Amino acid sequence: MDLIANLGTGFGVALTFANLAYCFGGVLLGTLIGVLPGIGPVPTIAMLLPITYALPPVSALIMLAGIYYGAQYGGSTTAILVNLPGESSSVVTCLDGYQMARQGRAGTALSVAAIGSFIAGTFATLVIASLAVPLAEVALKFGPAEYFSLMVLGLIAAVVLASGSLLKAIGMIVLGLLLGIIGTDVNSGLQRFSFGVPELSDGIGFVVIAMGLFAFAEIIINLEQVEKREIFTNKVEGLWLKWKDFKQALPAILRGTGIGSMLGILPGGGALLSAFASYTVEKKLAKDPSRFGKGAIEGVAGPESANNAGAQASFIPLLTLGIPSNAVMALMVGAMTIHSIQPGPQVMTNNPQLFWGLIVSMWLGNVMLVVLNLPLIGIWVKLLKVPYRLLYPAILLFCCIGVYSLQNNVFDVLMTVVFGVLGWIFVKLECEPAPLLLGFILGPMMEENLRRALLLSRGDWTVFATRPISAVMLGLAVLLLLIIIAPSIRKKREEAFQE
Amino acid sequence: MTFVRSPKDFWAGILFIAFGVAAVTIAYNYPLGTAARMGPGYFPRGLGFIMIGLGSILSLRALKVAGGKIQFASFKPLLIVLGSVLIFGLVAPSLGVIFSTILLVMLSSTAAYDYRWKESIIAALVIAAFTYVTFVWGLSLQLPVWPAFFR
Repeated sequence: MDLIANLGTGFGVALTFANLAYCFGGVLLGTLIGVLPGIGPVPTIAMLLPITYALPPVSALIMLAGIYYGAQYGGSTTAILVNLPGESSSVVTCLDGYQMARQGRAGTALSVAAIGSFIAGTFATLVIASLAVPLAEVALKFGPAEYFSLMVLGLIAAVVLASGSLLKAIGMIVLGLLLGIIGTDVNSGLQRFSFGVPELSDGIGFVVIAMGLFAFAEIIINLEQVEKREIFTNKVEGLWLKWKDFKQALPAILRGTGIGSMLGILPGGGALLSAFASYTVEKKLAKDPSRFGKGAIEGVAGPESANNAGAQASFIPLLTLGIPSNAVMALMVGAMTIHSIQPGPQVMTNNPQLFWGLIVSMWLGNVMLVVLNLPLIGIWVKLLKVPYRLLYPAILLFCCIGVYSLQNNVFDVLMTVVFGVLGWIFVKLECEPAPLLLGFILGPMMEENLRRALLLSRGDWTVFATRPISAVMLGLAVLLLLIIIAPSIRKKREEAFQE
Repeated sequence: MTFVRSPKDFWAGILFIAFGVAAVTIAYNYPLGTAARMGPGYFPRGLGFIMIGLGSILSLRALKVAGGKIQFASFKPLLIVLGSVLIFGLVAPSLGVIFSTILLVMLSSTAAYDYRWKESIIAALVIAAFTYVTFVWGLSLQLPVWPAFFR
């Protein structure tokens, strides 16, 4: 019955007029930006973050969550209509969604994506609400050694489950950890890696890194490619699902929801992995797998539900353990810190209004997505017609103003340029920037917990192996690494990401 | 450099090594402490060594295992986009947000392959007006609005 009481608290917070408005505004803005080709959720959130500075913490987080769902759904719209994935998790949607659009079934694809996302979102919200309390209770028993091992496991899992070279991804994490050190050391007051620059004494802002590595680098890469886009704008009709389509899609939606809710909880899981897994499952289960890639409705319904469920479930490690599992969650940690909330198990007990309010508004955000997107689809389609040459200067400007208003300081804008160059180099060298952001956010926490754990054990490193929970987590991390290094599985993994 | 069989991995490795060496060298000036009482130099130095190790494995493996070449299309977008942001950052405090906005939009527009100068002027004015309404009125931005010699 606690669950109902808690959700009641949540509804009390989320259903105030102001918070409903912020949720709505977030979903609307998120979709608006997310629909623009080539802009995924990370730059969208980073760009819109400054708007939330002045809001009370609950409203700010509600709005950011809304922005996230909006951006995610906006990305799917672009994937279906233009065959341009705004982010990696909608790559899968491109496969069959775009084919459906080419066959004149864009409307069906868009509405099955919306309905699937809604069902998945509702279920995942319930999962969060029921898992949060027990998980947070476990987390409260964690000492520094357990926290350190948990973070190691989280970081390793995040790179193992992502695509690309493992060595490079681990390197990017370590680089992120190093960047996180910049600034004043809390224990000794010493300035580290600040080169005597007073602006660096508080460290680099995570928005600076996110904008440079994601937004700026993406814009530059987009400009390097001269591509013709084919948009199916005149054929968006028939938004009402036919019963036959719905019946065909429903099992895929339910399976996608299950897959997403499970995989999303894992560190590094989230939207991307869920979408891939769901597509593979649907293809395996289909009587006629050859339909996939040619406009199979299950190929849109499954992954779209899975990526929404996964996106939502990835809030679980953040809210209960204080550990972000992907780049978007790393941004949410940053946003919480700006509002001086330390993410972790204590949020639920110290600030139940914020916690349950946020969870309920996740569900409300999903309702708004359906209500908002299907009727407004015409507007999104018009936005898709705006040529990129007019969009990117505006995006650049919003990034600049956003970075500036962090601390009202030009220095941050100049730092973003530095990270823009770095981000461009990373793209050229095929180094994923997401692990770097995770490392950057976790760096200070990791050092602090390492120090405390070894202080308590008087410098005995075996403490990580002798405390059972810590040992299990480190063991899992090693196991994950071994699995991925084993050649046969590595081949399979590459195949899976190729698809 | 024909003995490098995977340039992407090789240079990524070199980059990691460079960051690692820098971290270790700079952190050398910070007290190391012991494992039980870690000084501010302990964690960064450790990370630096890990970085050097990872980078070395990556670069050495790139000599054996073949991989992708680095694709350079054009440096124009990189220079124009980041250059215009840099200029925006430098001039905004003195020139004010409206003129800096116009400058940023017009300069950065030139990076597009289908650049049209007339259109970019109109875009700059529209975006500047939007900035005024949203950021100056709506969100009370801290940047000065007009140039220093107007005020």
